Amino acid sequence: MADLLTKPEGDAPEGEAIIATPLWRIRLRLFRRSFARNWKIFAQNKMGLAGLAIIVLFGLMAIAHPIFMATIWDGHEEGGKNVYDPRAGADAVIVEKTVVPDGEITDPTTQIGQTEAALQGTGLVIPEVGTVMTAPLANPAPPVISGVPHPHWLGTDPFGGDILSQLLFGARAAFALGFTAAISSVLIATAVGTVAAYYGGVIDTLLMRLVDLMILIPALPLLIVISGFWDLDLIKLGIVIGVTSGLGGTAIILKSQALSVKVRPFIDAARVAGGSDFRIVLQHITPNVLPLSFLYMMFGVTAAIFIEASLSFLGLLAIDQSWGIMINIAHTQGYTLQGLQVWWLMIPAGASVTLFSAGFFMVARAMDEVVNPRLRAR
Amino acid sequence: MWKFIAKRVGQMIVLFYIFLALLFVLLDLQPGDISQQFVGNPDIPPEAKQLMIDQLGLDEPKHIQLFNHLKNYSTFNMGASWSQYPRDVSDILFSALPRTIYLFLTATILAYILGFWTGKIVAWKRNTATEKAVMGTSIFLWTVFYPWFAILMLWFFAAYLDWFPVGKFVTLNFESRPDLVNSISDVLFRTSGSEAASGWTSSAAPGANDVFMLLFTSLIVGTIAFFGIRWIVKRQVKDPTTQARLFTGGTVLVFGGFVLYWITNEYGPWAFDIFWHSVIPVMTLTLVSYAGTTLLTRTSMIETLKEDYILTARAKGVPDVTIRDRHSARNAMLPVTTSLVLALATVIGGGIITEQIFSWPGIGQTYLAALSSEDIPLTMGALALIGILALIAHLVADILYAYLDPRIRVQG
Repeated sequence: MADLLTKPEGDAPEGEAIIATPLWRIRLRLFRRSFARNWKIFAQNKMGLAGLAIIVLFGLMAIAHPIFMATIWDGHEEGGKNVYDPRAGADAVIVEKTVVPDGEITDPTTQIGQTEAALQGTGLVIPEVGTVMTAPLANPAPPVISGVPHPHWLGTDPFGGDILSQLLFGARAAFALGFTAAISSVLIATAVGTVAAYYGGVIDTLLMRLVDLMILIPALPLLIVISGFWDLDLIKLGIVIGVTSGLGGTAIILKSQALSVKVRPFIDAARVAGGSDFRIVLQHITPNVLPLSFLYMMFGVTAAIFIEASLSFLGLLAIDQSWGIMINIAHTQGYTLQGLQVWWLMIPAGASVTLFSAGFFMVARAMDEVVNPRLRAR
Repeated sequence: MWKFIAKRVGQMIVLFYIFLALLFVLLDLQPGDISQQFVGNPDIPPEAKQLMIDQLGLDEPKHIQLFNHLKNYSTFNMGASWSQYPRDVSDILFSALPRTIYLFLTATILAYILGFWTGKIVAWKRNTATEKAVMGTSIFLWTVFYPWFAILMLWFFAAYLDWFPVGKFVTLNFESRPDLVNSISDVLFRTSGSEAASGWTSSAAPGANDVFMLLFTSLIVGTIAFFGIRWIVKRQVKDPTTQARLFTGGTVLVFGGFVLYWITNEYGPWAFDIFWHSVIPVMTLTLVSYAGTTLLTRTSMIETLKEDYILTARAKGVPDVTIRDRHSARNAMLPVTTSLVLALATVIGGGIITEQIFSWPGIGQTYLAALSSEDIPLTMGALALIGILALIAHLVADILYAYLDPRIRVQG
């Protein structure tokens, strides 16, 4: 690219000499201009800005985890493991006093029996699939900021794992899963939509009937059975969610967009100029569908996070740590009915899932107004 | 209209068979195919293994197996469950199905009526404090992480306020009415007296199921009577004042008849117990789908309020309430109705979580329990049933939409 810039004008062929500035610069300028225009529309929507702020906040959380692990949580070894490790870390010596089911404060040594009693009392069916915790049963400790060997700013879970560390790690997991699912979903939906729109006929019918089928099957039960039969890690799960949701409604919307692009004159021009089908689909139709694809990618993140957290909550996933697993642990260990007495078990994780998906949802709603002018005019 | 329905039904049947074939492929794609899956599992009764081999024809080629699978499922012959061996899969599923339908039908109808009403008013009063409050609540309820919300509801109403029982289906002990133990267990329940006397158990108690079926049937009859009266009155009576009186009279009649029936019925306390257990799950489900209906109704109403005929109605001096309810809300109903029926299909997915958290022994809990005990026939049967329900919901949505919007009917 850079050599284009320095190339003397005389060397350029006759036709291109008229435009002195290289093509990529023009493209960049156009992009910047349209970006500024769209940003203006986007920024008018307070909800979208709030959503963006939430996403940035979670991004900072995800970045903070490795930094914390390397600095303030470094060197807290106990039994060969770091106490703050989000997956295997367990602080066996919990802070002296812990909260028990009826809200009294007692000695931690008498607690194990009471935890089991609490478990009995709830009368809830405990899912026994998937994750089995082998750590010694400790008690959830309330948040302690200082004065103990290992301070837990947001308390610990029933196994002695640090909640803050798990929460920050969960943000990383959520981003990894959300983006894997959203990108694979959009790739498939764009491919199916553009190909079905461009070729039409038998290919269109086949693809669209497949899409109909995927819309008809409820996604969660299907994914439950898939995760029951196979051990899925975060990336594999993301791809499975992406495939199932990409073949759904998004493909139909992208197809209708591609159909409206297909009948525009420049497609005919490209065909007359001898462009192959593949090139027309990839270079001429796809770029015009991309803004809409990007919008559905945002919605896709919300759906993927919800599905992952639900599956983790049901204890069906073999992944290390996520917000859903944090809620699952609190639930299966019988702390469901203690509510706010042990708020650090459920509230941070549940609020994170809610806020994270709400953030992407709000950004997507605001982007919808940018992409779809009909919604804008009030 | 009939031609349209016949066409849709035909398409649905084809799709259902494709779905069944997909289930078979899913079953076959498991690590180690079907024939290997269960051979080494000691928990499965040998008779069950033999039954599976016979039914699927596992010693025959794959396409014959697929054909057998499709044939079995179309005759509801889904084999025997492995975890509850002698019981048929279809038997287990059909005893769990009404419980799921009860939960979701109640919640969906409630949410639809309330949500449509709120959405209508909110769209009318744009940019007021009421609108902002309702919108904020709705967006929160719509985006909240559902399992977490359900747990918080359970904690708040069952543990903190202690108003409702914690989860499960029934608690009432038989010993409180010893005279009923013998009659019910002998005549209806097909269980021995000693088992019945130990109280109601959530999953397998046939007694609970019988009382429940009575409650379910009476609820369905009551709902149909209620809407039937409204429909007839709307068609036959032209005068608005008489119409309103007849509406009130009909509502009182149906509700009073329902309550009277259960007060005089000897299963009354049991039915009330089941109802009492269903309050929190129904409330949770209603709140979440209420939010969705409100948001959708509002958007749809705002769009219809921009139409020219609204302006015309205003110009000629039609009262605001009439414009809102007759001119605008009627037209805003179309997308909301479709989403209502489609919500019934997707809600079954969310139902798995609801039933798990509230220990409600419906299809969702059966499905999870079957999956965790590696009961493949039951898992597959439950998934097929969920698929059928989704298909039926889509069919009903299509027909309803064609009924409400004649343009679709004409196009076919």
